[in-house]
Amino acid sequence: MSFHPNDIARRTRLSSVALAVGFVLLLGAFFRAQVLETAAYTVQSQENRLRPIPLPAPRGIIYDRKGQIIAENLPAYSVSITAPSLDSLRASLKQLQPTLQLTETDINRAVRRYRRAPTRPTVILADASIDVISVLEEHRIDYPRLIIQSVPKRFYPDGPLVASFVGYTGEISESDLNLPQYEGYNPGQSVGRGGLEKQYEKVLRGIEGVRYDEVDARGRAVQGVGPRPDKDARGAPPLQTNIDLDLQKFVASVFGDSLRGGAIALEPNSGAVLALYSNPSFDPNRFTGGIPADYWKELNTDPWRPLFNKVIQGTYPPASTWKLATAAIGLENKVVKLEERMSIPCNGGMQYGSRYFRCWEKRGHGYQTLSGAIEKSCDVYFYQLGLRIGLSKLVGGGIDLQFADRSGIDLPNEYKPRFPARDVRTYYNKRYGPRGWTAGANSLNLSIGQGENSQTVVNMAKFYTALATDGHTATPALVKRDPDRKKVLTFSPNQWTTIRTALAGVVSSRGTAGGSAIKGLVIAGKTGTAQNSENPNVDHAWFVGFAPAEKPTILVAVFLEFGDHGWLAARVASKIMGRYTGAVPIEIATTEIE
Amino acid sequence: MRRTVADYPLVLTALILSLFGVAMVYSAGQTDTPTAVAKVYKSQLVWLLFGMLGAYGISRSSVRFLEWVTVPAYIFSTLLLALTLVIGAGAGTAASTKSWIAIGGVRLGQPSELAKITVVMMLAHVLAARKEPPKSLLDLWKPALVVGVPWLIIMLQPDLGTGIVFIGIFFGMLYWSGVSWPLLLLLGSPLVSGILAFSTGLWGAWFLVLAALVLYYRPYLVEGIVLMVANIGTGIIAPILWEKLAPYQQNRLLTFLDPSSDPRASGYHVLQSKIAIGSGGFSGKGFTLGTQKRLAFLPEQHTDFIFAVVGEEIGFIGVTLALTLFLIVFLRITRIAGRANDSFSSLVAFGLMTSWFVHVLVNVGMTLNLMPITGIPLPFFSYGGSFMLACWLAVGILARISGEGRGKAAFQTS
Repeated sequence: MSFHPNDIARRTRLSSVALAVGFVLLLGAFFRAQVLETAAYTVQSQENRLRPIPLPAPRGIIYDRKGQIIAENLPAYSVSITAPSLDSLRASLKQLQPTLQLTETDINRAVRRYRRAPTRPTVILADASIDVISVLEEHRIDYPRLIIQSVPKRFYPDGPLVASFVGYTGEISESDLNLPQYEGYNPGQSVGRGGLEKQYEKVLRGIEGVRYDEVDARGRAVQGVGPRPDKDARGAPPLQTNIDLDLQKFVASVFGDSLRGGAIALEPNSGAVLALYSNPSFDPNRFTGGIPADYWKELNTDPWRPLFNKVIQGTYPPASTWKLATAAIGLENKVVKLEERMSIPCNGGMQYGSRYFRCWEKRGHGYQTLSGAIEKSCDVYFYQLGLRIGLSKLVGGGIDLQFADRSGIDLPNEYKPRFPARDVRTYYNKRYGPRGWTAGANSLNLSIGQGENSQTVVNMAKFYTALATDGHTATPALVKRDPDRKKVLTFSPNQWTTIRTALAGVVSSRGTAGGSAIKGLVIAGKTGTAQNSENPNVDHAWFVGFAPAEKPTILVAVFLEFGDHGWLAARVASKIMGRYTGAVPIEIATTEIE
Repeated sequence: MRRTVADYPLVLTALILSLFGVAMVYSAGQTDTPTAVAKVYKSQLVWLLFGMLGAYGISRSSVRFLEWVTVPAYIFSTLLLALTLVIGAGAGTAASTKSWIAIGGVRLGQPSELAKITVVMMLAHVLAARKEPPKSLLDLWKPALVVGVPWLIIMLQPDLGTGIVFIGIFFGMLYWSGVSWPLLLLLGSPLVSGILAFSTGLWGAWFLVLAALVLYYRPYLVEGIVLMVANIGTGIIAPILWEKLAPYQQNRLLTFLDPSSDPRASGYHVLQSKIAIGSGGFSGKGFTLGTQKRLAFLPEQHTDFIFAVVGEEIGFIGVTLALTLFLIVFLRITRIAGRANDSFSSLVAFGLMTSWFVHVLVNVGMTLNLMPITGIPLPFFSYGGSFMLACWLAVGILARISGEGRGKAAFQTS
C-alpha cells in the first residue's frame, strides 16, 4: 500500500478539494433555484395548491314597468369535480354514477365540458336536488375533488305566462363557445337562450368571480387563508322593461287553454311593449340547469308548437288587416279620395279577366266609400283600389311602409316577413315564370292581404302604430329606451279623422267587430280572416287596433290560429284594451270568450 | 493513561446534523391532513439514542477488534443481504423492492445499511493487506469480489441507490489505497461504455479516448484485451438490459433527463421537490410552514425528500447550513483518514466518508433533479431506524480511529 505520509497528504488535499468543489456545485444549484429563480417557483407553488373555483355571477333581475319581478335568481346547488386527467374524470364519474344517478348523456356532457376546459371544475350536475347534496356531503371524504357550490339559479315567478318574451337560460352550447359574442365564456356557464335573456345577455350576465381553495396533493380542500384574495362575483344591474306584468297575466288568462295564437300590446307612440304572449307557452323554469328529456320531447311533439313564438316568428297572410295599408298607399299616391265610390258595386264578388274574385260577404256591400269599405271590410272595393294603384306602386308602397322588413323588436329570432321585391317583374317572373302571372290578378290578391304577403303579428302592430299616431311607426321595444320612430304616412288632418272614424266603425254595430265594442271606450281597429293552408275550412283570425280611437294609449294585435273569423280576435283585443284602459271591470280569470 | 476526550468536531457536527434531521422529520409530519408520519420523529429520536449508545460502545473497542470481526461481519451481512431475496419486503418509494428483512409483514431492518459498513471494512481489510497498491486491473479481482457479491445481491433486490453507493465506495477506497487515476479510469470505462452505448457516435468517440488512455497507461496485453472486451460487452448489453427494465425504472431514468415530460407520474416527485425548494427562497417559509409539504405535494417528505423540506422551510440559509455541516463532517473524516495509525483504519475512515458523500451527493442532487431519483436516504436526516443506527455506528468507528490516530482522541481510549 502506498501510505507514505506524502502520498496520504496529497490524497487528503485532493479529496478535500474534490469535496469542496462538490459542495460549491451543489450550493450553486440551490442558489440558482432559491435566489435567482425563486419568483417563478413561488408562482408554481401557488398554482399547485390553489384551486380556482369560478363563482357564477347572479344575472340581472328583470322587472316590469311597475317594479314587479319577471326574472330573478334563487339559490341552487351545482356539483362539479376537478380532475387531473380525462381518465381520472371518467373514473370519478363512474364512481359517482349510482349516487348521482347519472345517465350516459350526463357523463358524455361532463366529458365534453372537461375537454373544453380541463383546468376548470367540470360541472356534473348544474342543479342538484337537496337529497343528492345530502348524500354527497355524507361521503365528502370519499370524493376529495368534488365541489358542491351554491349557485344562483334563474327563476321566473310567472313561468309560462312570461316565457314568450323573457325566454330562458341554459348552459352555453358547444357551438356558441366558438362565436365571437361568447368570447370569455366557459363550458358549463349559463347564458340566455331566448327572449330577453338572450337579447340582453351582455347586460344581464354579470361578472364571474373566483374563489381560491387551498388544496392538498389529493385535491382535498383544506382550511387556511390562501395568499390570493378571492374575487367576488359581481351581479348584473337590473333590467327595467316596458312590460305591464298585470296586463301580461291578463292576456294569458284571456287566451286560457282554448285559444292558440299570439298577442302583443304596446304604446302606439313609443312602441313600448306592454304585453307579448304566445299560446301555448312553456315553463322556462324547467329549462334552467338542463332541459329534462321528457319535457323537451313533449314540447317538440306538441302540434301547437309551444316553443314557436307566434308573435314574432309566425308569418301569416295579414288578410283584411292589410286593407289599411292598401288604403294608405292609395291615399299617399292620390289615386283615391276618401268619399269616392268605386265604379263597380260589391255584389259578393267581381269578375276580373277570366276569374271571379269573391268578397267575403256573399250578399255584397253595394257601393262603398273608402271608410265604408274599411268598416265593412269590402273586398270588391279594395280589389278596385288595388287595380288603381297598380302592382308596382302597391308593392313599393308596402316596402315603404316597412312590410318587407322585420319590426326590429328587441327580441332574438324574429322572422322576416314574406313580401315581394320592389322590382316586381323580376320577382314574379322568378316565382311564376314570365307567363305565369299578371299584374292585375296579383294586385287584386295583394290588395286584400293575400298573395305573396305573410306578416308577423308584431310587424302588423308596428304598421298600426302609424295609424294610431300621426303617421310614425314606432319600433316595438320591450326594454325602456328612446322611442325609435319613422314617419311613413303624411295624411291630411281630414284624412286622419276619416280613417280613424272608419276604423272605429269596425268595432261598432256597423263593423265586422261590432260584438267587441266596449261601453265607454272607442276602439279603432281592423279584423282579418286569413285563409289557412293547413285546413281550408277553418280560417285564422286577426285583429289589430288601438284605443281610445282619438288619443290611443294602447295598441293591440291579436292573431288566433284556427280562430275562424276576425271578430274572435277582436274580442280578445278589446278585452285587453278594456282592461288596460280600465273601461271594463277587471276579471282576470276569464279564460273563454263568450 | 485513559483518555476520555471525544473527537468533538466530528461527534458534535454529527449530533447537530442528527438533531437538525429529527426537527425536519418532525416538520415533515406536520401536514394539514394528519398522517402516521406526524409521530415518527419520536422513533427517530429513539433510534438516534440507540445509535449514539452504539457509537459509544464501538468507540470503546479497539480498531484491532474491529479488524478482527471484519470477516465474520462481512459474511454475516452478506448472508443477511441474501436473505432479503427470500423474505425481503419493500417500503415507500422502494415498495416494489426487497430491501428489508421482514418476518410476518414486520420490517426488521435494512441489511444493506449494515453491509455498507462491513463492505467498507472488508475492502479496507483486503486492500490494507497488500504491500503495494494494485497496479493492474487483474490485481483488483479481490477488492472487486468483496464489493461485487453484495452489490449483485443488492441489484437483485433491486436497490439502485445502494448499488450506486457501493460503486462509490469501491472507487473511493481504491483511490485512497493509491490506485492510479488512469487505472481507475480504465476500471470505470465499461460503465461509461454502458451509458454512451445508446449513441453510436458518442460510443465511438469514447473508444478513441479509451485507446489513448490504454496507449498512455500500457496495461498488460491480457488486461488490455479484457478491458476492450468489457467495454464492447457493456456497450452491447446495456441497450438490451434497458429493454428489460420495468417501465417504471425506465421512466425514473428518463424523467431524470426531463422531469416535465411526465409531470403527473414519474416527473411528479422531482417537480414538486423543485417547486418546494425554489419557492422556499432565501430564508424559507418558516419551520413547519412549508406549503408544499403541509399539503402533501412532496412525496416521501420524511425519507428520501427530507432535504426538500429543509429547502422549503428554511430556504437557502438552511440548505447552506446543512451542506456546510456535511462538508465539515467530510473534511473532518478525510483528516481522520489522513492521520490514521494504520492503512486499515485510514481506508475504513475514507470508505465511510465516501459512502456518506455519495449519499449526500445523490440525495441532495436528486431533490433538484441533478441526480436521478434512486430512493437513497440522506445521512442523519432521512427517517429510518437502521440507517440512523448505521450512521452512528460509523461515527463510533470514526471516533475510535480518530482517537487511535496521531495523538487525536476518540470518545474514549484506553
